[in-house]
Amino acid sequence: MKLSEYLLMKPELSLIVVFLLLIFYDLFASEKAKKHYFPVACGLFLVHTIVCFFFCVPDSATAFGGMYITGPAQITIKHVLNIGLFLIFLQANTWLSRPDTIFKRGEFFMLTILTLLGMYLMVSSGNFLLFFIGLEMASLPVAALVAFDKYRHHSAEAGAKYIFNAVFSSAVMIFGISFIYGACGTLYFAELGANMLYDPLLIMGMIFFMCGLFFKIALVPFHLWAADVYEGSPTNVTLYLSTISKGAAAFALMAILYKVFPVLSNVWVDVISIIIMLTILVGNLFALRQKNMKRFLAFSSISQAGYIMLSVFSGTSLGMSATIYFIFVYVFSNLAAFGVITAIENKTGKVNMDDYNGLYYTNPKLALAMMIAMFSLGGIPPTAGFFSKFFVFIAAMDQGHTFLVFFALINTVISLFYYLLVVKAMFIKKNNSPIECVKTDGYLKASLVLSMIGIGLVGLVSCIYEYFASVSFGI
Amino acid sequence: MNDINMSYTLILLALPFLMFLVLGLLGNKMKPLVAGVLGTLSLGVMAAVAYYTAYQYFFVVGKVGEVYQSLPVFNYEWLQFYGELKINLGIMLDPISALMLVVITTVSLMVHIYSLGYMKGERGFQRYYALLSLFTFAMLGLVVATNIFQMYIFWELVGVSSFALISFYYTKPSAVAASKKAFIVTRFADLFFLIGILIISYFAGTFDFATLTDPDAPFIGSAVGATFLGGTALSWALAFIFIGGAGKSAMMPFHIWLPDAMEGPTPASALIHAATMVVAGVFLVARLFPIYVGTTVLEIIGWVGAITAAYAAIVACAQTDIKRVLAFSTISQIAFMITSLGVSGYGGHDGLGYMASMFHLFTHAFFKALLFMGAGAVIHAVHSNEMKDMGGLRKYLPITHITFAVAVLAIAGIFPFSGFWSKDEIMAAAFHHNKAIFALLFFAACLTAFYMSRLYYRIFWYDNNKDYHHKPHEAGPTMTIPLIILAILAAFSGFVPFSKYITSDGKAFEAHIDMLVAGLSTLAAVGGIVVATLMYAKKKDAPNKFTQTFPRLYKWASDRFYFDEIWLFVTRKIIFDRISKPIAWFDRHIVDGFMDGLAYVTQAASDKIKGLQSGHIQQYIFVYLIGALSLVFIFIFFIAFLLS
Repeated sequence: MKLSEYLLMKPELSLIVVFLLLIFYDLFASEKAKKHYFPVACGLFLVHTIVCFFFCVPDSATAFGGMYITGPAQITIKHVLNIGLFLIFLQANTWLSRPDTIFKRGEFFMLTILTLLGMYLMVSSGNFLLFFIGLEMASLPVAALVAFDKYRHHSAEAGAKYIFNAVFSSAVMIFGISFIYGACGTLYFAELGANMLYDPLLIMGMIFFMCGLFFKIALVPFHLWAADVYEGSPTNVTLYLSTISKGAAAFALMAILYKVFPVLSNVWVDVISIIIMLTILVGNLFALRQKNMKRFLAFSSISQAGYIMLSVFSGTSLGMSATIYFIFVYVFSNLAAFGVITAIENKTGKVNMDDYNGLYYTNPKLALAMMIAMFSLGGIPPTAGFFSKFFVFIAAMDQGHTFLVFFALINTVISLFYYLLVVKAMFIKKNNSPIECVKTDGYLKASLVLSMIGIGLVGLVSCIYEYFASVSFGI
Repeated sequence: MNDINMSYTLILLALPFLMFLVLGLLGNKMKPLVAGVLGTLSLGVMAAVAYYTAYQYFFVVGKVGEVYQSLPVFNYEWLQFYGELKINLGIMLDPISALMLVVITTVSLMVHIYSLGYMKGERGFQRYYALLSLFTFAMLGLVVATNIFQMYIFWELVGVSSFALISFYYTKPSAVAASKKAFIVTRFADLFFLIGILIISYFAGTFDFATLTDPDAPFIGSAVGATFLGGTALSWALAFIFIGGAGKSAMMPFHIWLPDAMEGPTPASALIHAATMVVAGVFLVARLFPIYVGTTVLEIIGWVGAITAAYAAIVACAQTDIKRVLAFSTISQIAFMITSLGVSGYGGHDGLGYMASMFHLFTHAFFKALLFMGAGAVIHAVHSNEMKDMGGLRKYLPITHITFAVAVLAIAGIFPFSGFWSKDEIMAAAFHHNKAIFALLFFAACLTAFYMSRLYYRIFWYDNNKDYHHKPHEAGPTMTIPLIILAILAAFSGFVPFSKYITSDGKAFEAHIDMLVAGLSTLAAVGGIVVATLMYAKKKDAPNKFTQTFPRLYKWASDRFYFDEIWLFVTRKIIFDRISKPIAWFDRHIVDGFMDGLAYVTQAASDKIKGLQSGHIQQYIFVYLIGALSLVFIFIFFIAFLLS
């Protein structure tokens, strides 16, 4: 093992440095010095994001005997995760300034960064063991995050539900991995991919393994935890779960399916087809009837995950770039929607759709941001959401999955219905006791503005897609 | 050759666009006069740059050997589709674009100055100047386009700014209706233009004029090879492109928007609906002339032009609104240019028609702008567009009177005014090509002299002792100076040796005055003027007698031969009733019905499965496990099934 191999892990190392700095700052700084904890933490993370952006060379390489893999696609998805998490941090200020959270705000940052490190490892792993460690690192701290507001709402309940489900799904997954090991005698992706045979035992292992990741991405029927957890957790954590965590898991699944199971591709393509149809349909059907905004977005994000999978399994470089692009755009759209919810929840505690009636007349800017976010999630041009759906459909059509695309298209129509319900509530419906004019703090505002810029430009500036298309060969 | 840097021509596009933004966004914060002067000054700068560019082109860099080349001064790749098919934005200089630069900036400058007086005190003065800047930008972008797609983009921009200027008095319902009509009619024609572009670029694989205007380009062969409904793909494309041009240039049957467009401010009409935008169609055909040559389409173009020229001239005789007379006269004169292209050949003296068309475009811009501005001065003085409210104005408006008279002589084609030279060349070209077309043009030329003189007499003579409520008076210098300048141009611009500079193939040739044709057309002009003098110089019964003798003809002409009604019949009775309504029914019942059904089914299904989400962990785990196991069983079973 050469020390220089550590140099390939620049994003991880930089993240660990940030993590350690934040721990020391939290532990050893005086109360007075910790007054600026939030801006310092955000600033440090921004520095990390920028350092990653400019100093990580997107070359393909492996380290530690094939344990760790890096390449243009891995680096790119890490950039996407960084940008998304930075925007989430920006939205957390008001929440973390509350009397019952301010003393533990350091924990929020540390736990989140730790899970991000886990996701990095998931994305870059070249061995099932490392992958599993990464996955657990990205799962267990989340339980603490979900239960962060343990005396409020259903936060503690959500935390308990999450940890039970997560542990169960990890058990199923490691069960699946043990089958794979049993069939092939190795856990290295490269060797597995080269030596794999068409074997029922392997199929069972693969399906169990996939189920563990389906749980992370919250695909039907492994999604049941999602609604309760999303509703119960603090809004920022919900946002984190529904965007960053999902995106990382979807990318990891895609990478592993291509690298490890090319031989079984006709099996997993069918598995995922079934899952996609179930996911999009059930997600939509449940989203239709939700009155709580967070629960509503939880189900909408379940159905969005179905679209992500649509590009994951199409199996071409077109599909890979469409996946990364979809995740990137989805992060912006969801951030904007949750940002508005956060702003309103922080000030008024209202989370029901009926409370949003007439929002436009009291908070025109927030209502506009929400509208654009809904348009983007629904896929209305010229928002970025339109282009990301478009590329996903193209990728799937390209592989001849016509029926699936048709099915997804019909479901897009259904999803438009409920996305527009929100818009209708805000702009058309009258309300006798509307939400008063909400003042948002500067960080949240910045996050919303950045999300709006993202939604506006990512679709129109063609070089962004071209960039994703150019890096996607490196899996 | 290209070592002379001409990138300063970018000013021609950048400056008006900048002015549009400044005046449009900040105009309301400025005093009206400041905005107007700012717009005028920038136009002055542009005019200077345009003159310098034209000078550079014609006398310094344009000529290679004996032939004028087209110079791509600036070219920026904007959108790449695939292969060679890409859209560039750029500036191309060749004889006709250099000519147009001069015409547009000159007339636009005059209009800017004139409007300072004419539009004074109007609401939205700054908006008016912003729109003028936008129009100038769009028109200049159109003429310097390096490729047909750029041209199309600016073509639409021109349409938009024309739309905004026609509806400038947007509180007036007739102005709003007119702007809609203009936009819809031209847009309808532009649809064909776009189809034409798509066909031709499909065969050529490029939008670039350099390839499109090369008659030896390989794509011509394949485009001629493919046929559709008896015509080659090339002729269909060219015909469609011409329809786009006919829409903008108000050729029959798309001319109906132009008379109504006179609802806009008079100086804007002078700029857009007389001198520049409406000749875009002529310019388009001229731009693509090398591939038009020798096709049947060009023959059709000639006939469309000749018929329109005669038709519009007849209608113009029966109009009583002075701006409408001018509008029909514009249609008729543009039709002369179109006809001239239609009868032209390619190269050398065969290209006489091409040269004459451009020549007439050049002279017409000046005398028609002058006529409009003169009419504007008259309207300014008597506050009416109707002839019956005028008469004997020569005493009150001496400068307007003289300049108007010059313009009338020019358009009638009296030696040595500018119209004589250009119209004579058109007549000669038509005479040598097709006697029937010549006859139509000759007839139109007679009528032109007649109705223009009628207009002139009805405004300045006729009812000599009319008493006005307010005594009309001459407008201020901002309005009279442009009139004088344009009058000088209208009188003398015919002496430019056009055939030296602008020819179909870039080579100079010697144009002669064909004495027979010149004599005939002078005879026509003089005849028309004499008849009009007899009828209208003094107030008398002769005109009424004439209309009573031919009541039907007069009624038809004054109602513009019911073209508007035909269009209304086609749109209302055929398109709306027979096509749109069934589609609407289909949309409401089938498409909406499907969507309603979808909504109903999803709501019902959503209701059915709500029990799944119970909140019990044990149930969640159970579903998870069942899901995983059933996937495994399905696929293991499949394998067993497939392998057995």
